[in-house]
Amino acid sequence: MANQVQYIFDQENLRKSAPQKFKSEDLKREEMIINIGPQHPSTHGVLRLEVLAKGEEVIEVVPHLGYLHRCFEKHAEKLPYNQIIPFVDRMDYLAAMNTEHAYAMGVERMLGIDKIIPKRVEYIRVLVAELNRLASHFIALGSYGMDIGAVTAFFWMTRDREHIVRLLEWASGARMLYNYIWVGGLFYDLPVGFEERCLEFTTYLKPKIKELERVVIDNKIFIDRTANVGVLPVDLAINYGITGPMLRGSGLKYDLRKVDGYSVYPEIDFDIPVGKGEAGTLGDCWDRTWVRVQECYESVKIIEQCLEKLTGEHKRTRDFDPRALAPKKIRPKAQDFYIRAENPKGETGFFFRADGRSDVPFRCKARGASFVNLSIINELSKGGLISDLIAVIGSIDIVLGEVDR
Amino acid sequence: MGLLDRNIQKGGIVISKLDDLINWARLSSMWPMAFGTACCAIEFMGAQSTPYDLDRFGIVPFASPRQADVMIVAGTVTFKMADRVRRLYEQMAEPRYVVSMGSCSNCGGPYWEHGYHVVKGVDRIIPVDVYVPGCPPRPEALIGGLLKLQEKIRQETIVAPKAIEKLLEKKAKVA
Amino acid sequence: MNFEQILTHIKTSLGEGVILSTDENASPKAIIIHAENLVEVMGFLQKDNQLYFDSLSCITGLDNGSEANTMEMIYNLYSIPFDHHLMVKVELSREKPAIDSLCGLWKTADWQEREVYDMYGIHINNHPDLRRILMPADWEGFPLRKDYQEQEYYRGIKVEY
Repeated sequence: MANQVQYIFDQENLRKSAPQKFKSEDLKREEMIINIGPQHPSTHGVLRLEVLAKGEEVIEVVPHLGYLHRCFEKHAEKLPYNQIIPFVDRMDYLAAMNTEHAYAMGVERMLGIDKIIPKRVEYIRVLVAELNRLASHFIALGSYGMDIGAVTAFFWMTRDREHIVRLLEWASGARMLYNYIWVGGLFYDLPVGFEERCLEFTTYLKPKIKELERVVIDNKIFIDRTANVGVLPVDLAINYGITGPMLRGSGLKYDLRKVDGYSVYPEIDFDIPVGKGEAGTLGDCWDRTWVRVQECYESVKIIEQCLEKLTGEHKRTRDFDPRALAPKKIRPKAQDFYIRAENPKGETGFFFRADGRSDVPFRCKARGASFVNLSIINELSKGGLISDLIAVIGSIDIVLGEVDR
Repeated sequence: MGLLDRNIQKGGIVISKLDDLINWARLSSMWPMAFGTACCAIEFMGAQSTPYDLDRFGIVPFASPRQADVMIVAGTVTFKMADRVRRLYEQMAEPRYVVSMGSCSNCGGPYWEHGYHVVKGVDRIIPVDVYVPGCPPRPEALIGGLLKLQEKIRQETIVAPKAIEKLLEKKAKVA
Repeated sequence: MNFEQILTHIKTSLGEGVILSTDENASPKAIIIHAENLVEVMGFLQKDNQLYFDSLSCITGLDNGSEANTMEMIYNLYSIPFDHHLMVKVELSREKPAIDSLCGLWKTADWQEREVYDMYGIHINNHPDLRRILMPADWEGFPLRKDYQEQEYYRGIKVEY
């Protein structure tokens, strides 16, 4: 039954709920305020930017957030540990598996069962997480291309992403928000034939990434739009808490998969691409995009190694139960715990406080990589043009679900 | 060559009811506003992309509310966003239609109980024509919803006999 | 450096009284300090050559409820070159919670502290731009406090289901 419209309209509502920081009275000659968003195709969701501009030149950018604040932390204080996982999915909805992996790992470590998780479960986790990392990077690259005028990349990337989404749907039953990785195990073992199909997919994908590289990264127009734009020096990046491909784009070889070596990543051979400033200055938008493309190759490498293990050493057996270790009642002993893991966007962290008496966390704070990465936007786009601002937003690769949580 | 072209080439005249003509024109070029709030927006993007291709229904996303016919509310609507959704709806020209995509905008979805900042149903802000269930709905589901909307438009009429009937009833009662 | 070495290093440099207590149960292990010393201790942790905690990963606000009558701020530090972690906890009173800002040391503190202010109403002293970040500016109350009651209507829309 449909609801009645209850909203009471008032002219001043917009100004009351999210007031502008700058006042039009205070503007100097030739200055103006431009509002970009929340409904704007290139803000990747519902981000609103208040831009103080002087002609075409950006003087200051004030982001307004919270248009997608879905109260994750409140839900996490009300629901048991295992029921939080669907809400974790909906935080970073482009990379649900990666966030789930981080969360499940955190709770397992609190329970002290992280060492006895079967290897097959861990390899499946890494496999699906890397598939999802590819899907997330595809959206990032495709929509970045679209932002700055190359629509082809978007169509190609959604086409290839659709294969990944269907693979993951086959495994978990959902296209985007999976609830596949459970605390202590998995929802289900991989379906029969998944490994072979996945291997076919990787052989299909490799030339496609090459193709993408040629049409986007090496494109003259793309280089002109992104090289020397939004240059991020590494010391500033660390001070702002930037992580993920953005930090690596600035030239620091820092990847939590290597640094913390969680799950089975230490057993897998892969490289960490870092920006070299080939097209312009080190740490510009082009470098960040280049790092993302190179990471796609690395993910494919990881997936292939996982598949090799999953069909060889840890292959499917009749009596393998991925839920065998999943506890019925999750009750960690009283402690404070911080877990972090590498998301496609950067460091995703969860801070838990367990009180030891209930199976509901006393406090669960999510540190969104996009939230922290976005905070640098003013620094990156100051002094540039408004068109450069769009290039900068795309290169940060934000997901508003994770920014606002 | 389509049926229409053949008819026109025969005599150059097509006879139709004005209602049918207007409805046909409206339903075959429903331009949704390219506007997504949350996860469902990704599936909306997926529906526009090559595997699903919304283009074949004449549905081409348009970035400005002024030229859009359909508003697809794709994702959670929060209270902070409520003012903006309403403003965007006011900016659209008549005739305008609203498709509520996904559980969140239908009824609050998974956030119905503890989500203090989530509007429990976008129909509390703007009137909705079609609800598409799912969290998030598959692109097929969205296409299904849009086809339902086409059916709805097909039954519209510019003379609005129902409204006139009601008015006459009212007058009869008064008399 | 392991936790004991970090602890002795802080004690020898800043004095015994700085660290109120430690929490070895936490992961990463935590020190608890007084709110007044926060900027001094954090500045030392960031700049010292042997500690060099250059990245502030996470700032968490926490409400212990009306029984305990305290709030907490929890800072997770990480040193990229030395690869060591530290958690720093500060306890605040619940009546008038206030704490100094760390924006002067880490720029990342800016938004994270605004979020804590938005969710808990902990006032951040010397913050350059203390506004609500996630909730609407005219929203009543601080939602993550344990005794939070949702307002009934907002713009005429019922807030509860």
